[in-house]
This record gives sequence, structure tokens and C-alpha cells, in this order.
Amino acid sequence: MITITHYLVLSAILFMLGVVGVLIRRNAIVIFMCIELMLNAVNISFVAFAYHLHSMQGQMFVFFTMTVAAAEAAVGLAIIVAVFRNKETVNIDDMNIMKW
Amino acid sequence: MTFNILSILPILVLAGFGMLVLVVDVMSARKLGEKNLLAYLSLAGIVIAAIVSRNSTATTLFSFNETFTIDNYALFFNILFLLSTGLVILISHSYIKREDINHGEYYALLMFSTIGMMLMASGADLLNIFIGLEVMSISIYILTGFKRSKLISNEASLKYFLLGAFATGFLLYGISLVYGTTGTIDLRQIASFVAGKGGVKDPLLLMGMGLIIVGLGFKVASVPFHAWVPDVYEGAPTAVTAFMSVGPKAAAFAAFMRIFLTAFGSSHYEWQKAIWILAVLTMTVGNVVAISQTNIKRMLAYSSIAHAGYLLVALVAANNMGVSGTLFYLLAYIFMNIGAFAIVIVLSQKGDVGMNIDDYAGLGFKHPMLAIAMTLFMFSMAGIPPMAGFVGKFYIFSAAIKSGYVGLAIIGVINSVISVYYYLRITVIMYMKEPVRDFHPLTISPLIVVAIAIAVVGTLHLGIFPSKVMEIAQRSILTLR
Repeated sequence: MITITHYLVLSAILFMLGVVGVLIRRNAIVIFMCIELMLNAVNISFVAFAYHLHSMQGQMFVFFTMTVAAAEAAVGLAIIVAVFRNKETVNIDDMNIMKW
Repeated sequence: MTFNILSILPILVLAGFGMLVLVVDVMSARKLGEKNLLAYLSLAGIVIAAIVSRNSTATTLFSFNETFTIDNYALFFNILFLLSTGLVILISHSYIKREDINHGEYYALLMFSTIGMMLMASGADLLNIFIGLEVMSISIYILTGFKRSKLISNEASLKYFLLGAFATGFLLYGISLVYGTTGTIDLRQIASFVAGKGGVKDPLLLMGMGLIIVGLGFKVASVPFHAWVPDVYEGAPTAVTAFMSVGPKAAAFAAFMRIFLTAFGSSHYEWQKAIWILAVLTMTVGNVVAISQTNIKRMLAYSSIAHAGYLLVALVAANNMGVSGTLFYLLAYIFMNIGAFAIVIVLSQKGDVGMNIDDYAGLGFKHPMLAIAMTLFMFSMAGIPPMAGFVGKFYIFSAAIKSGYVGLAIIGVINSVISVYYYLRITVIMYMKEPVRDFHPLTISPLIVVAIAIAVVGTLHLGIFPSKVMEIAQRSILTLR
């Protein structure tokens, strides 16, 4: 029997994988993929909660999250391309013009 | 009535003008050349939206199936956002021409970002607030990287985007946990759930609340989540820096107060401790690190972190005086901060040269009017009477004392004293040092003069006659809980 706990644990694990990926990876595109993983992990928990609570709000939220993620992907990839054109790298360790 | 299209009229007006600007830009790209028309068109949009929001109903109104609300609180913030965007358009007009980024999309993105802020201030459920936050942020990610050919702007944009999207993930997870434990995303229903349970006891709900604090704390630039601020402020085009140091911060505070006072108002004991720590860290780190800055944009970035700290003090106090004080302070902050950035723009040269604090040496002799205005803004930010910043700080710290947070108020006042050092250093350099560079004949456009004049008048007026605006602010917060 698969209960809501299973879904929530799965969602938490995926979310943590995304967070760890953002923190340790150095390629801007991989970091961005990890952020997408975080957003989709949240979607799993939204759907699980919506099913568990018999409410539609959670499922509705997922649609909006996906829309936002798509808009973010469009803008984010454009920014990464702009950086690559000027710098010919997307390694974030090289993003060091500004330092305090 | 659950569906009332007129309730979002200011947003529709801004969206319409934003798209109109895009179309006019494409249709008349060669003929326009100077593109003055676009700036006037967007200013007209801002003014019409302000008139429309002013004429909206005075009573609280819920529409779109109770997900969107127009109350005095939302109206106050609408006017505040429109004012800040209007001032930013005035100061950017000559700047984007000088920096060769005079594209019509600039104005459109400013207006779309303002739409996001208005959605955040009037959202009655977490979904609307989240969508508003994203509409606002995504527009600003683009604006930050608007100097496409400059590496520094690209880099700032990439940093802001990656960290901003990362913080969005946390905010979203927090919303999901709140939804899962309370069974709703409607702020008032969450409030009745929390009140029914006699406070937040469920660990999942507590975690959700914490994650929402992380997500919004990133947007207001509070300290453990502030790493992006100096780099992004320095790298972004100066006019955009002025924009994102006021509008998004005000919008994030609008959402912060709506979520935590409306939905979690009955359990403030749980979140006040967390915000207390954030406030102290934010004020202290912002002020102490600002001392060692040599670039004026970076200094203003740390100063904006410190101001977020003062506003968090008001949130900890969470009484009527603190919340209306926050509204007042945000309005004062718009005038003094955009004014300061306007002068930074006037004094810099193409390619953002002349951003060092030492470049201001001798300004008092060469351009006395500009120096006086800059001094006024610096005094106001430092909290010296009779400027607006002093009155704002006075309200906030007395609210903290009223709620019994005497220690917090003392830390705030000490921080305010520290901040006097770096604000006054600019004044000292302007008046008491010999000029190191000869100021080129400044090309001052009439629009930026208007912006500086509005900022000066606003700073002085709010400082000398604060009671009228304070009354409006106090009336605006009545619907919060």
C-alpha cells in the first residue's frame, strides 16, 4: 500500500538532491537543472496533498508552478547564452569579476 | 460578487501600456531614433494606473473567487509601486540612452515587473502571491542583464537568476507544506485553521512557515540570504539597481506582512523569534560591511540590506504602529534611495565610470545643488531629523519598544549610529576634499531633474509633516487581520 508518506518522502528526497546539486555542481546549466528538479519535487508533494485532502487547489498550483518553471527556463537559458557569448564558459567559478 | 474585472483595472492598464510600448517600439524603430515617445507613453501608463487605483472602491473587495483582494492596504502599495516605477522611468530615460541600451523592452519590463508587485500586495491566497513574485522577479532578471554586451551585467544577471530561482524552490516547498497541513492556500482560511488549533504546533506547518521566511527573506535581502545583493546591485545598470532596491523590497514586505499577519497572526510567538534573529543579523552585517566599501553602488547595496533589517524590526513588533511604520518607511525609502541613485547616475560617465566614493571629492564646490541634494538623501538614510528617514526609524523603534522588544530597539539604534559613519563620509568627501577629477560638463536631462526634485520634496515633506501620510498608513493596515 502506497500512502501519502511515501510520496512526501520521495518529494523530500528529490528536493534535497536538487539542493545538494545546486550547492556542489559548477556548471550553470547543471545548476539550473537541479533547480528544476527542486520545483518538480514540490509538484509531487502538491499533487500528493491534493489527492490526500480531496481538494483541487494543489493540482491547480502545479499547473501554475509548471508555467512559472517554463518562463524561468526561457529567461534563464537566455541569460546563460548571453554569458557564454561574452565569456565562452558557463562555469560559475569563473564568474568572479565582482568581489567584496 | 466573486468575479469583478474592474478590481484589477490598474493591472490591466499597466499591462496594456506595456504591450503598447512594445508594439510602438517595433512599428517605429527607425523613425523614432531618440525614443522619447516610449518614456512618455510609459509615464502616461503609470499616471493612468495611479488614477485608476485611487478611484477604486474604498471598501475591501474580494474578487476572482476570493483569491484577489482590493483593500486600503493593497491600494497604498499600488500607489507606492507606481510612484517608484514612475521615478525610475524619469531617471532611466537619459541613462539608457547614454549606455546604448535604449530598447523599448526596458520600459515594458519595468511595467510588467510592477504588475507582479501589485499582484503580490493584493493576493488573498498563496498562489496569487507566488505568481506575483515570479512575474516581478523574472522581469528583473532580464533587466539586470540588460547591458547584454557587458560581462559584468551578464554575470550579475546569472547570479541573480540562479540564486533567485533557488530561493523560489524553498518558497514553493514552504507553500506546499502549509497547504498540506492546513488543507488550503487561502490566507484567511489558514488563519482560521491556525486560530482553531491555538497556534502552530504541527512540525510540518512550522517547517513550511520557516521555508516561506527563507523564500521571502531572499527577496527582501535579509542577511543569511543576502549574498547576491552587492554583486547584483553593482553589475546591474544603475537605473535598474535603483528600481530593484525599492520596488521588489516593498513588494516582498507587502507579501511578508500579509502572510504573517493575516494567516499566521494568531501564532506570532512561533515566527517572531526567527525574524528577531534575521533582523539583528541583517542590520548589523549590512551596516558593518557598508563601512569598508569603496564603490558607491556596493555601499548603497549594503545600506539597502541594513534598511531591510530596520523594516524586519517592525515586523517583529507586529503591532499597528510597527506595520503602519513599515508602510511609511517604505515610502520614505523610495524617495531617498531613488534620489541618491539619480545623483549617482548624473555623476557617472558612459560605461558606468565614476562609481568610486572618492570620485565625489570636491563636488560641493563644483556642483553645489547636486551636493546639497545628495547630502539631504544621505542624512535622511542615516536617520537625522528633520528628514523622512528619521521619522520612519522613530516609528519603527518605538513600535518595537511598545511590543516589549527593548533590546531589539537598542540594537537598531546602535546600528543606526554605525550607519551615520558611512553616510556622512560621502558628505565629508564632497565638501572637505579637493577634487581629484575635473567634473566633465554634466549632461543633465530635464526628466532626471524632475525626479531629483520630487525626491527632495518627498524626503523633506515626509520628514517635516509626517502625520498626514502616517494617518493614511494607519488606515491602510486595518484590513490586515
